[in-house]
Amino acid sequence: MIVASTLTSNLAILVLAGFIGFVVISKVPNTLHTPLMSGTNAIHGIVLLGGLLLLALPEIAPFKLDALSEALLVIAIAFGTINIVGGFLVTDRMLEMFKSRPAPRARERGSEGDEE
Amino acid sequence: MTAPPPATFLQAPAFIDVLYIVAFSLFIQGLRGLSGPRTAVRGNRIAAVGMAIAVVATLLHPGEHRWGLIALGIALGVAVGVPAARQVKMTAMPQMVALFNGVGGGAVALISWVEFRRLGSTYGGLTVVSPGGISLHAALPTYIAIFSVFAAIVGSISFWGSNIAFGKLQEVIPGRPISFGAGQMAVNLVLGVLTLAAGIDLVAGAHSELVFIGMLVCAALLGNALVLPIGGADMPVVISLLNAFTGLSAAATGVALDNPALIVAGMIVGASGSILTNLMAQAMNRSIPAIVAGGFGGGGAVAGAEGAGEHAGTVRSTSAADAAIQLAYASHVVIVPGYGMAVAQAQHAVRELAGELEERGVDVKYAIHPVAGRMPGHMNVLLAEADVPYDQLEEMDDINPEFPRTDVSLVIGANDVTNPAAKNTPSSPIYGMPILEVDQSRSVIVIKRSMNPGFAGIENELYYDPKTAMLFGDAKSAVAEIVTELDSL
Repeated sequence: MIVASTLTSNLAILVLAGFIGFVVISKVPNTLHTPLMSGTNAIHGIVLLGGLLLLALPEIAPFKLDALSEALLVIAIAFGTINIVGGFLVTDRMLEMFKSRPAPRARERGSEGDEE
Repeated sequence: MTAPPPATFLQAPAFIDVLYIVAFSLFIQGLRGLSGPRTAVRGNRIAAVGMAIAVVATLLHPGEHRWGLIALGIALGVAVGVPAARQVKMTAMPQMVALFNGVGGGAVALISWVEFRRLGSTYGGLTVVSPGGISLHAALPTYIAIFSVFAAIVGSISFWGSNIAFGKLQEVIPGRPISFGAGQMAVNLVLGVLTLAAGIDLVAGAHSELVFIGMLVCAALLGNALVLPIGGADMPVVISLLNAFTGLSAAATGVALDNPALIVAGMIVGASGSILTNLMAQAMNRSIPAIVAGGFGGGGAVAGAEGAGEHAGTVRSTSAADAAIQLAYASHVVIVPGYGMAVAQAQHAVRELAGELEERGVDVKYAIHPVAGRMPGHMNVLLAEADVPYDQLEEMDDINPEFPRTDVSLVIGANDVTNPAAKNTPSSPIYGMPILEVDQSRSVIVIKRSMNPGFAGIENELYYDPKTAMLFGDAKSAVAEIVTELDSL
């Protein structure tokens, strides 16, 4: 149920989340900025939830979904899923490649570069 | 809205809310993992688990789920998203991010549209009085319409803007700025005003779906008009900015739908996008308003490529054999990779060269400019793909003091980020841009195809420096040649 206080508490969440976001993201080093971008990109795919919620609403007279609405929601859910699944997968692919110096299994050549 | 009573505790609103709180905590915890390469993989997975929990929580909501449609949407998304993410080349990462960002924005806009269709006459409602004389705004507060309209506008701009950015980076459409020239600002302004007017009309209680569609179309045109005039070089900044936009629009949707997970996730993305946009703009010496107003060569205010070949100095060219000798007898070598190296797919050859030199006792480091490649941190990903250990990569601020002690700087496919004009020539368009101070090292070898100027269309003074030797050729074959020469030494 939507009451006036929901707005204020939601706005509080909004503002606090913004601050937390700034603090957390500021700690990410340049090295990881590309995965960060694709990772956070995946996170905003969470709008998918909006589509899921709307497709679960009871069919009550004034709030009924017509065929066009349903089609739009299917597209929205597909878009959101692409955003989430693609984003997390591609980020994982990138991060998996980051290896530190004593490379456990240098692929092509011998074990050069482990003098440190 | 009357939902059927929960069947089990799993459907209790409190339980679902707790799941949302768990979900956004996992997002934050996951992003904290991104503070270092060692914890990053796990961090990303933690965030993904959070997302799965958020989705499950939403599906638990009591209601009449259209399971078939939900499954269809998810299946379509998986069918497109998984192969795309699996197959994309690391060099094409900026495009991929643009595309994923675009669909996210598109989802926001579509959801807002359905919200409008569904709520019909209860949408907005500042002045709405139903025929019976009963005011409806008690049923649906105005703020919901405001957030929903905001989400629709920003989502639509983001969708179209991202698609244009994708097209430019993928070179489906020309990377050069496309604009109406002087009239561009006027066009943007008119589109902006129209979008806003339609939005206000809707919030004030216009129940015409035509107005809503008109608003979406104006926002779409605005997205096109904003991004088309921006040059390919500035595209990463645009993507990051649009990423922030999509995040904010998701947060707005969250407020409209009263969903805390959406609000938190959206705001975190908004914060991340803003930070990255700012950082990139700084590293490229560009202000965000200037980028949005039109890229290099867009307004004619910036000096173009006319300087090529008119430079007073002479260029010294070298051979792979000489370069190999120079490198083999150095004690400190810094490799400066640029996007040109990635385009030539020379990463593996470069790593081989570095390995060869290290076996000879040469200390090898890589100097990474914050915007090396096509987006921040892109070069790190490209080198990681070629198995270069990340702790061998030095960030700009760490490596710059080391250049005076460096015997040979090997510049491979990097241009503007090494241009001393950024420090020495106040009239240069890149003056003030932070650069890798390659010119401070004892000698420089530049591997480059030709003397053509770089992305920004600016002559690089470094090439005329007496201690610079140019090795002309394709990055991959040139590096391979050096390796061969090293072997025969």
